Amino acid sequence: MSDTTGARLMHEMLRIRLFEERALEEFSRGRLFGTTHTCIGQEADAVGVIGALLRSDIVFSNHRGHGHYLAHGGSMRALAAELMGRSTGASGGLGGSQHLHFPGFYSNGVQGGIVPCAVGMALAEKRRNSGAIITVFLGDGTLGEGVVYESLNIASLWKLPVLFAVENNRYAQTTPVSANFAGDFSLRFKAFGIDVDELDTTDVVVISEAATLAVSSVRERVAPRAILLNTYRFSPHSKGDDFRDPAEIDRFRQFDPIILLRARLSHEEYDRALIVARDEVMGAFAQAEKDAWPDPAALLDARQELLKP
Amino acid sequence: MTTVLQALNEAMHEAMASDERVLFLGEDILDPYGGAFKVAQGLSTQFPDRVLTTPISEAAITGIATGLALRGMRPVVEIMFGDFLSLAFDQLLNHACKFRWMYNDQVRVPMVVRTPMGGRRGYGPTHSQCTEKHLLGIPGLRVVAVNSLCDPKQLLLNAILRDDEPTLFVEHKLLYLSRLGQSSRPPRFEITCSDSVFLYPAVSVRIAGAPKAGVTIATYGYMADLVLDAAWRLAMEQEIFAEVIVPTCLSPLDIAPILRSFERTGALLAVEEGAVSLGWGSEVLSLVAEGSPKVGRFVARRLGARDLPIPSSRPLENAALPGVQDIFDAAMQLVTRQEKNAV
Repeated sequence: MSDTTGARLMHEMLRIRLFEERALEEFSRGRLFGTTHTCIGQEADAVGVIGALLRSDIVFSNHRGHGHYLAHGGSMRALAAELMGRSTGASGGLGGSQHLHFPGFYSNGVQGGIVPCAVGMALAEKRRNSGAIITVFLGDGTLGEGVVYESLNIASLWKLPVLFAVENNRYAQTTPVSANFAGDFSLRFKAFGIDVDELDTTDVVVISEAATLAVSSVRERVAPRAILLNTYRFSPHSKGDDFRDPAEIDRFRQFDPIILLRARLSHEEYDRALIVARDEVMGAFAQAEKDAWPDPAALLDARQELLKP
Repeated sequence: MTTVLQALNEAMHEAMASDERVLFLGEDILDPYGGAFKVAQGLSTQFPDRVLTTPISEAAITGIATGLALRGMRPVVEIMFGDFLSLAFDQLLNHACKFRWMYNDQVRVPMVVRTPMGGRRGYGPTHSQCTEKHLLGIPGLRVVAVNSLCDPKQLLLNAILRDDEPTLFVEHKLLYLSRLGQSSRPPRFEITCSDSVFLYPAVSVRIAGAPKAGVTIATYGYMADLVLDAAWRLAMEQEIFAEVIVPTCLSPLDIAPILRSFERTGALLAVEEGAVSLGWGSEVLSLVAEGSPKVGRFVARRLGARDLPIPSSRPLENAALPGVQDIFDAAMQLVTRQEKNAV
């Protein structure tokens, strides 16, 4: 790892961490709409996997998507504005936390349903020989959805360039994997002829290296692959739904990806990354707060008009 | 003479020939089988690279079409029986129909899901339903139903090539063999298709030279064939003249042609093959009641299948689904009520 790589990865992870912490604060103050699913503790997945992609690749994310959005280059101010329901939000205030888009990035909050959409995108990119690959993020809980297996079958059968990135954070909302999962994570992919890289680490450097190999494999072989990331989230699933043993959460704190990487950086490098990230987050929320609300009557009328044949 | 099946098959050929972005996905759609109802016949031979036979995975193929559409293709999916749309419901409701809206108009999802619907073939409870009923009223989803009066070929071409919204294209199974247009009808039906600027026109039918119509019958799809048979009998046997309005776009529904006809007749019968409660006809009656100043003497009723699963045995199935006699009786009853009101 070169010094600059470590500092860059730290910066990427910190901007996600600080954004999510601020989002939880703003949520508690009642300034966000709906709910919000933060990825505190899982930043290394977003940064490691998406860092291995090209900007022209496509990411399809899920309900816990802020980290993926930021790592793939989404505007932080537009994300803050979206959570605050402003017209400048990534989805103009229509989507909210789970429904984000910019060119090359899509998210939706329904478990599993995004997987065939991602497979369809891979088919489109393969047919037009764009060279782009699709990465779709799933959680351990998502593997309970039947449509995921329909999609794995077709992705493998048709040799589509899609990377299935599974973040196993050990809980589907409040339900531990032990209470909802039979058999073996990797075998579910291997059963469809899809190779899996399983990583039992939150070290962003290790994830980054493995993801780089996985991404090249998908691109060069034009075939699906899976990367299984065994991780942990420190934040609750959303809000007010954390019933885990605090001692368990504390035990996992030693694997905080930011702590792991920090040990390998100088104080100056860490401090610089922290300051830059903090400024960006403060700026994004300050700007978003000042942004205009959407005009409900005009917007809803115009959109309803659009839906007429 | 052309059948609805031939017209739809031609539309598929023409759409694929005219636009490289059209891909066709479905189960058992390759030649020589050519799909369960043969709409796909010849396509895989003509366009081997763009016709994709799929596993039995309705949810995935609908999702795949959505992904293709989001990335610039114009996919068409065939669902073998409309009953199986339940398996693709999440993909339609929470994915295909949501992206344009929830991404603030930054994307389009131009895709068509074609499917055969309806009963009268003895297929029983899970292969005979009119499940379009459950997909009406979804913001962002078009539900279009083909009929034998208004060129099915142009309708399907419009859905595939000209409409940028996700569209459910409903093909009643009995329509496939129906012959098209005027020539197969009693000679004195006057069939008018609304302006061709609409992607999905409404058809209005009256008996040429008839006196003022006494009842408006709104219907769609295959039921239009039965309604015309009933309308002919009403005219010949009872001298009751009906105006029949047949929209092709069921949802969102433009009520204007039905409303205008009701303003002329003062009596409205809405006919559908699906189970009658909370159906398309309920919406038609509501919209007319809300929209008409004549609502004070609103004489209206719905006719549809009994609120039961569809039976298999022919006599049972016939009794469960609305037939020509039921339409005849319902129209008679309405006109009688109207006359009583007038007294």
